[in-house]
Amino acid sequence: MSGFVVNAVLIFFLVLIAFLALRLHRLFAMVMLSGAFSLVAAALFVVLDAVDVAFTEAAVGAGISTVLALATLSLVPVEEKPHKVAIIPAFIALTTGVLLALAVTDLPKFGAADAPIHNYVAPDFISGSENDIGVPNVVTSVLASYRGYDTLGETVVIFTAAIAVLLIIGGWTRDRRRVSKQAEDDHAG
Amino acid sequence: MQDDPVMRVIAKVLIPSVMLFALYVQFHGDYGPGGGFQAGVIFAAAFILNATIFGLNRGRHAWPARANLLAICLGVLLYGGTGVATMLLGENFLNYNALSDDPIAGQHLGILLVELGVGITVAAVMVSLFFTFAGRLTHIRLMRKTDTAEPDTAQQEGLGNE
Repeated sequence: MSGFVVNAVLIFFLVLIAFLALRLHRLFAMVMLSGAFSLVAAALFVVLDAVDVAFTEAAVGAGISTVLALATLSLVPVEEKPHKVAIIPAFIALTTGVLLALAVTDLPKFGAADAPIHNYVAPDFISGSENDIGVPNVVTSVLASYRGYDTLGETVVIFTAAIAVLLIIGGWTRDRRRVSKQAEDDHAG
Repeated sequence: MQDDPVMRVIAKVLIPSVMLFALYVQFHGDYGPGGGFQAGVIFAAAFILNATIFGLNRGRHAWPARANLLAICLGVLLYGGTGVATMLLGENFLNYNALSDDPIAGQHLGILLVELGVGITVAAVMVSLFFTFAGRLTHIRLMRKTDTAEPDTAQQEGLGNE
């Protein structure tokens, strides 16, 4: 019962924050609300016993993403541009939402032991982790050892993202040399 | 925020604790929640806090761009290198059993190395993303300045949508 109340309160706040973010036009407030959204989502993950995911969501979603969005805000106007409601995209989004909501009824019940996800490799990982890897945290043994190749891929994705950002706006171009020369001249002058 | 003594004092107390906590999350990930990704983000947060409180220039001083680029590559290389090492030792790519005579000890060593690789890359990427976005305004201003100073060599493409 208490679990139900906690879930209900958290999901209420999640929906409330999402609607507020839709209604507002000040970008600063929207960034702050997206940070709060991530924090509530992290709390939901804790309720679901997914502490590693909650940790990541709190650190990345509520922390770093907010800071990066704030850094980007210094480059753009403070208000969102006024725009008309685009009917076709709104229709597509609503239809997709309704279809997804209908699909939810076909999913196995939350926590059901006979759900497909609990009957494939997960039992092997959970029972074998102690003997194969010897690491108490099963999440770590799956992430770094059983599925080490996937995690290598994720690391390369982050690496590629950083290289792309640095190449596009990091100033690895002729302009940077011009700018740094100018900065030196200003400094000397 | 550089002139606010409250902010400065709190930042000075917080930054070392945040970094220490990041190291705890990094090396304690085998036993509790956490791991390389979370640790890298928290470690980067310490440097970002430093830069927001004490200014971008002092922040850049604490984390030089050249070392940053090296760290981004080093993490991925450490991860991939662990995989190559296990292959050279006669096992499959990223099968850490090969790293030691005792498979469990090998797994521990392998997980430590790849998590360290993830942590280094993530921390360096997060800091460099922040510095790139936050430093963009100064960059644009300087570009405009040089553009008016040297109209012949000015390149307008980059500033088209400002």
